[in-house]
Parts: sequence; structure tokens; C-alpha cells
Amino acid sequence: MGEDSIIRKVIVPNRQGLHARPANMFVKAALQFQSQVDISRDGLVVSGKSILDVMTLAAEQGTELTIIVTGPDAETAAETLVEVVKRFVEEDEEEADA
Amino acid sequence: MRVLQGIAVSPGVAIAKAMVVDDQQPRVTRRFISRANVDAELKRLANAMDQVAEQIQASQNEVATELGDQYGAIFSAHLQMVRDEKLNASLVDSIRYRHYTAEYAVSQSFARYIQFFERVPNPFLRERAGDFRDIEQRLLNVLFGADAKKKLAAKEPSIVIARDLTPSEMANLDRVNIRGIVTEVGGPGSHSAIVAEALELPAVVGVGANLRDIQTDTMLIIDGHQGRVIVNPDDETIERYEKEVEHQRQNEIRLRSLRDLPAVTTDGETIHLMANIEFPHEADACIERGAAGVGLYRTEFLYLGQDSEPTEEDHYQVYAKVIRDMQGSPIVIRTLDLGADKIFGEDHPPEQNPFLGLRSIRLSLQNTDQFRRQLRAILRASVLGDVSVMFPLVSTLHELRQAKMILSDLMEDLEEQSIAFNRDLKVGIMVEVPSSVIMLDRFAQEIDFISIGTNDLVQYTLAVDRNNPDVASLYNNCDPAVLRLIQMAVDSANKAKIGVTLCGQMGGNPVYTMLLIGMGLRSLSVTPSAIPEIKQICRTVSAEKCRELAARVRDMDNAWEIKRLLRESLRRLFPDEA
Repeated sequence: MGEDSIIRKVIVPNRQGLHARPANMFVKAALQFQSQVDISRDGLVVSGKSILDVMTLAAEQGTELTIIVTGPDAETAAETLVEVVKRFVEEDEEEADA
Repeated sequence: MRVLQGIAVSPGVAIAKAMVVDDQQPRVTRRFISRANVDAELKRLANAMDQVAEQIQASQNEVATELGDQYGAIFSAHLQMVRDEKLNASLVDSIRYRHYTAEYAVSQSFARYIQFFERVPNPFLRERAGDFRDIEQRLLNVLFGADAKKKLAAKEPSIVIARDLTPSEMANLDRVNIRGIVTEVGGPGSHSAIVAEALELPAVVGVGANLRDIQTDTMLIIDGHQGRVIVNPDDETIERYEKEVEHQRQNEIRLRSLRDLPAVTTDGETIHLMANIEFPHEADACIERGAAGVGLYRTEFLYLGQDSEPTEEDHYQVYAKVIRDMQGSPIVIRTLDLGADKIFGEDHPPEQNPFLGLRSIRLSLQNTDQFRRQLRAILRASVLGDVSVMFPLVSTLHELRQAKMILSDLMEDLEEQSIAFNRDLKVGIMVEVPSSVIMLDRFAQEIDFISIGTNDLVQYTLAVDRNNPDVASLYNNCDPAVLRLIQMAVDSANKAKIGVTLCGQMGGNPVYTMLLIGMGLRSLSVTPSAIPEIKQICRTVSAEKCRELAARVRDMDNAWEIKRLLRESLRRLFPDEA
């Protein structure tokens, strides 16, 4: 089948946005895969394997990001990365409950 | 006397002289190297990168050991930044093709990122410029041969005044003489704020440029409750705050002295205060805070970040450690509580609705090899102490029966192999789905205890994903429907005479303590750090008063009003701490 890209849209869920710690979680996960991982925000495309790139997206809570994965393990990579983004909420301080 | 207002990020009061810390960036001049020196310069850079990576690793270990893994996490991100391929490529290019010195290459590359972040509108993300400054400074220090691990030290009690404090400065803070922190920039989510709070050091951030007028040795009062800094306070103000400091000291001693005291209400009802833990080393924090046991031992960490599924021995070793460290107190081990995607990765098709999908006990029952390994380890560990097992997200009786069937199969196996286990291992379920509350009278005939998981119970009762900002406001622990379900669960468990604990976030929030006692709960499992505060509430109220409060709440139908009443009741309980 070859090199079809898998594209997933995600919303940055945590209050503090895509800062250093979440960016680190994302990049660490991305580096585990062979596939090329890119993220785009409003047309700006950066490497999902570079923490500096990911941080410069300056994505705050509610920002829509597109994860574009190309390569042999793209399917798994895409799903894993979507999950990682969801787990950003755990990065926030304990929820102000209510 | 002058009062400066900033953002309160870590409570407490300190009275001491100012110690102004300049951010002394070494000056980097625009300098070039000759072509012949390129390789030597590249080597210097590589060495500096390695040294900085080592320093960061050391800071991470230090902070993680002292305060816990989550506080070391920022350094893990810094390490990733130092190893970033793009950064390294741009530094190497600057040296190789533009013949920059390593120092100049570093300052040029980082300046781009720092300038970028300084212009980001979102204040929290804007603070990320500080991460870059921190790493840049480490690199330049190494390249200039400066003393890398400069401790922020003071000869006498001092309050640090700085533009901002980097994570590495926070890690090297003198813990004896530094009594408070005031910074010009920063916000509540910044690393310095989080660490200050963990160190229980009063801190005020985001005071602004006014701070620049303060000289070293100026007398200051930092009021971490109000976010105020009082410069050159008059005698009357100092006296007032001295009383506050004394009050604070007594309060600390009281909280610490609570450790060995029982959580008993004024009318003699004992509340069992236990701890929720995830990592084996947290058992120490439980002992330190005086937990009566581990009410929820999450086991997911064994599965996350591993290349292969954990073996029976992996499970057994960590359980044995926690059991040993808890010195005979009861421990409730919860079996795997994760979604299928996290375990199977590529073998599992994405789910439309993961919260309603294959996860937790459902996953364990479909992946029985893994489930059997975990249960066998729990059974083997059950002879080492007071161990119970708990199944998460049970929604039907059938699931419980299947799980118990597997458990009794394993018991037979162990018996045949003459391996020791506790035949009377207590079995319980997490109550976190409304169906299990509704059917609890039936469940109760087949289990020894329940533990109410409020986080999921709220989500499933109100059908709200609290991670979705559009609907998160509907998520409310005080929703009357949620409170009714909790009451039903407590009543059913009490009627059937089985154990009942509440282990969600609600248990660790002081706002709910009185209500939960009033609803009949006598066992709460909370994050270890919350134990002293919750215990103090238990020891201050009467169960009678709590029952009155619960009765009033039962008559109310608005979540926000309920919450207001609970807050108000807590305030009245501790009038002098408002």
C-alpha cells in the first residue's frame, strides 16, 4: 500500500497548553516510531519529533492541531499520539473541581 | 512603607531582608573562529552539550528524590531540548559554515527561541522563554568554564528577589536561609511556583517592574496568602505579621503532630484515612503522613512505557515492596485500569468511544493471560500482609463472576503447586458506573467491599467528558444526582455489612469532608499529601453536625448552591483561617 499519511485532528485539552512537559511527552512518544511525524497548526507544519518545533507551535488550550504520520508504523503512531495528547490534562494541577 | 501586589502562588508569611539576584547572563560577543579550528570548536560544543545533559539529569534526580517524580518532570523536558536534533543541527551549522564560536552559536540559536516565546500572547506559554534561558545559561556557563552549580545561598534569613528563577536555580536553592521568593515575571503554572509550593516556601510572582527598585538588605515582608510584598514595613505591620508567622508555625506543628493521632470526630466516630498511590516509592509518603493503609494502589504504571507486558514476577516484586514498606497496614490492589489502545497498540482498532469501550475489567476479561499473571502475583503477595484485590469499572454481575472464577482457578493452581496464598483474600469492586450502584444489593452478596470512584462516577452519571472544554462545566461533584448515587452506594454497602471506601478526588478535597462523613462514609482514600488536612477536619467536627449538613444538602437541587453551602460550612469550621 505504501506511504499514505494518516491524519488525525486533536484539540489541546489542558489548561496550560502545549508547554514544555506535554511537548516532551509528545516528542518522546513520537520518537518511538519509525514513521515521520509532523504536526500542523493553522498551516504551520513542524516536526513532531523535535521538542523545540513542537513548543514553537505555542498551542494553548482549545487549539486544533493536525497530526500527520507517514511511514510503516503510521497507524499505531497516530493512535498513540492522539492518546498522548488526551493525557495532557493529567499535566495540569489537580482540576479545580467544578 | 510600600506595598507591591503580585500573584499569590505559595502561601505563608516571611519577614526577612531582600537578597537581589541578578540574572547575570555572561556577555556573549560576536566572535568567529578560523577554519582550522572548526573541528575543535565542534568538539567543545559536543562536550558542553554532554555536560549540560548530565547536570540536568542530576537536577532531575535531586528534585525527584526530594519532592517526587512530577516535580522532576520539567528537567526531563529540558533534557529532550538539549538533545533536540534540530537545535543540534543549527548549532553545528553555525560553527561549521559561519565559523561562529560555540558561545556565539548558542546565544544566537537560543535568542531566536527566547524572542519567539516572549511575543506569544498566552501568558502561560510566554513563560516558556524561561526554559530556554535556563538551558542557554547552563550551556554558556559550561563553555565559559563558570561554576556550574552555583547554589542560591544566603548567610542570613533572606527573601530572594529575582526577575525569574529558572528550574535549575530552584533546584539549587539554599533551604536553610531562603525564606521566600518574589519574582518580577511568572504565573501560577510556572515551575518556580510549583516547586515553591512543594517546598512550602511563601512565594509571590508576577509583581512587575516595581521590583527593580528593591535593593539587597531592604527589609521585606512576603505575604504568600494575599500575594503581597511589603517593602520597608513599619513597626506596627511587622508586629502584626510576626503574630501571623507564629500562628503559622503553630499550625505546622499541629499538622505534623496529627500524624500519630487518630482521625476521630469530636463525638467519637473513627474515620479511616488511607492513601491512593501509583508508584511503589510512595509508600514512604503514606507512612510519613500517617495513612491508615493504601486504599487504592493503581497498577497501571507497570504497563505504561514498557516494551513488553509485565511478567508475573514484575508484578510480584513491586507488590511485595509496597506491602513491606507499609508495615502491616491494609493495601487494596486494583487490577489494570487502562484502555485497550494503551496495551495492544497496533493490534487494536481505534474506538469511536473509548470511555465506553474496551477498558479496565472488560479488557482484563478479554486478555486473560495478562489478567491471570497479575492476579497470580497478587495471590502470591497476599501472604505477605493485609492485601485485598479490587476490580475497576465493573458494570455487570456477570463480569464480577467471571473475574472471581478466574481468581478461584488460580487459587486451585497455586494449591496444586504448593505455593502459599491467602485463601480468604478479600475481593472488592470499584463503584464508578451507575449500573453498579443500582445493582449493589446483588453485588454485595458476592464481594467483601466497595470503593467509590467519584471521578468516573460523575463522568458516567452526567455523561460529561470533563476533558472537553465545551461541556466541562457540566462536570460537578456536587450534582445532586451524583450525591444521591453515592448515598445509595453507602446505604447498600452498610445494609449488606460490607466495607465501603471513597477513593476519588472528592475524598481528598476538604470542601467535601463533612458532607461525606454526614452521608455515612467512615473510610476515605486520598492522595497522601491531603491526609493531614482531612484528618484535621475529622478531628474538629462532630458526626452529628455532619449528618445535619448532609440532611440540608439532600433537600437541595442545585449543584452550585450545594457547593457554596459546603464551602461556607468549612469556613465556619475554621473561622480564623479565612
